[in-house]
Amino acid sequence: MLKITGIETFYGKIQALKGISLEVEQGKVVTILGANGAGKTTTMKTISGLLKPKHGTVEFLGEDITGLRPDQLLRKGIALVPEGRAILSSMTVMENLEMGAYHRNDKDIKKDIEEVMTHFPILKERKEQLGGTLSGGQQQMLAIARALLSKPKLILLDEPSMGLAPLIVANIFKIIKEINADGTTVLLVEQNAKQALKVADYGYVMETGKIIINGDAKDLLKDTRIVEAYLGKKSS
Amino acid sequence: MLLEQLINGITLGSIYAIVALGFTLVFGVLGIINMAHGEIFMFGAFIGVIVTSVMGLPLWVAFIAAIAVTAVLGYMLERIALRPLRGKQGVSHLAPLISTIGVSILLENLSHHLFGAGNQPFRNAFAEIQIQIGSITIYLVQILIFVISVALMLALSYWLSKTKAGKALRATAENLETASLLGVNTKRTITTTVIIASVMGGIAGILVGMAFNSVNPQMGLSMGLKGLAIIILGGMGNVKGAMAGGLLLGIAETLIVAYGDSGYRDAVAFITIIFILLLRPQGLFGKNTAESGR
Repeated sequence: MLKITGIETFYGKIQALKGISLEVEQGKVVTILGANGAGKTTTMKTISGLLKPKHGTVEFLGEDITGLRPDQLLRKGIALVPEGRAILSSMTVMENLEMGAYHRNDKDIKKDIEEVMTHFPILKERKEQLGGTLSGGQQQMLAIARALLSKPKLILLDEPSMGLAPLIVANIFKIIKEINADGTTVLLVEQNAKQALKVADYGYVMETGKIIINGDAKDLLKDTRIVEAYLGKKSS
Repeated sequence: MLLEQLINGITLGSIYAIVALGFTLVFGVLGIINMAHGEIFMFGAFIGVIVTSVMGLPLWVAFIAAIAVTAVLGYMLERIALRPLRGKQGVSHLAPLISTIGVSILLENLSHHLFGAGNQPFRNAFAEIQIQIGSITIYLVQILIFVISVALMLALSYWLSKTKAGKALRATAENLETASLLGVNTKRTITTTVIIASVMGGIAGILVGMAFNSVNPQMGLSMGLKGLAIIILGGMGNVKGAMAGGLLLGIAETLIVAYGDSGYRDAVAFITIIFILLLRPQGLFGKNTAESGR
């Protein structure tokens, strides 16, 4: 579904990605792991069009989409939930959800917003509240709900568990599974390697702008290098 | 008479509010002060003079002509002076501000050539029509100015809060990257914003011509500075603040002229701002956070 080949992305003269190639198959959950500064977020920004790669190509459903703008990519079916959630804090929860369906013109928008709100009851309760007044966990729900309203084929989630309490993190991962079960392909960037590998089918590990390990998620969970680096030696 | 002065103040203030709205919209979306806004306003006023006084056509034609010309000016401002500087590496964040200063100088000089340097009278058929209520005299022009300004403010508020394009503008103003991730063509939203702001400036230009019966190429600068003062007063990028700040300044200025010293008229704006900034640095309606400065 998504295939990126030899991506090199720069911030000015600093090279953040040194030739990344990865593939996401339709219907799967694929995760990218790695420490801070490994280039995970840069990879997500490059796929979603926020950054333009200097070299390399991004293909989506067999079409070359390298260098397209984020709003054009959203229309093709790629939605990014960015790191830090990016809630529109001066707009209400309802308006945030409406903005999620911004590019759509069909008649189902109202119905879909209702449906999303039954799925996330807290958003219904708070729909007249400003986005900025929600707690971190609620903002993450809103960010995911908003992205789903664009009816994406592929959803990119950049560290959805960041800064959240363990109970809420567990809930977020449950939601990710449900999104995938509903037929949306998921590309997930995480620092929470264990949780991420448990929901994922396939995983990539990045270090300083390169992919150093890749494989089936269940193999990676047992991989000694990953266990040592990310899961702690006594991981069970 | 106080009531009469208040009516004068509200008339002037509603024009200020329209000018300030143009400033605040551009600041909200682009994070820059559009120094050319005053000159676009002045162009609107001159189009009014040409259509009504020179060509002798009715006032509504002047409005349509001014809207058309200032919309084109707004589009050119964005395409020629602002867009080429956006998102380029190594371009200072002050570059677009300086670029709009350049456009303002260009427009002022252009208007000297096109319209002449002196004052031009702004004639309209009903300038002298007045209504007597008890001891109070109200000019029809004042009512017209007030109605047009309020209608414009209501239309803008509705557009921003209820329509898809208005919401896209607010999303872009809050965070350009997020808006683009949600499918907003931010380039187009920015262009729309600059055009709407310029058109509001142009309409305000005609209203000022109607109110003072006189138009000159220097009027853009002082109106520009006042508009700037108003958005600082109301809170940068804040729509309600621009409206309230405009009315407040209009009334304050009129009362100073009526009961104080008319020589201090233009100083009022800036003295008020100094006080407001000492007491409420974020402006009357501004949010009290570090990041809302954008």
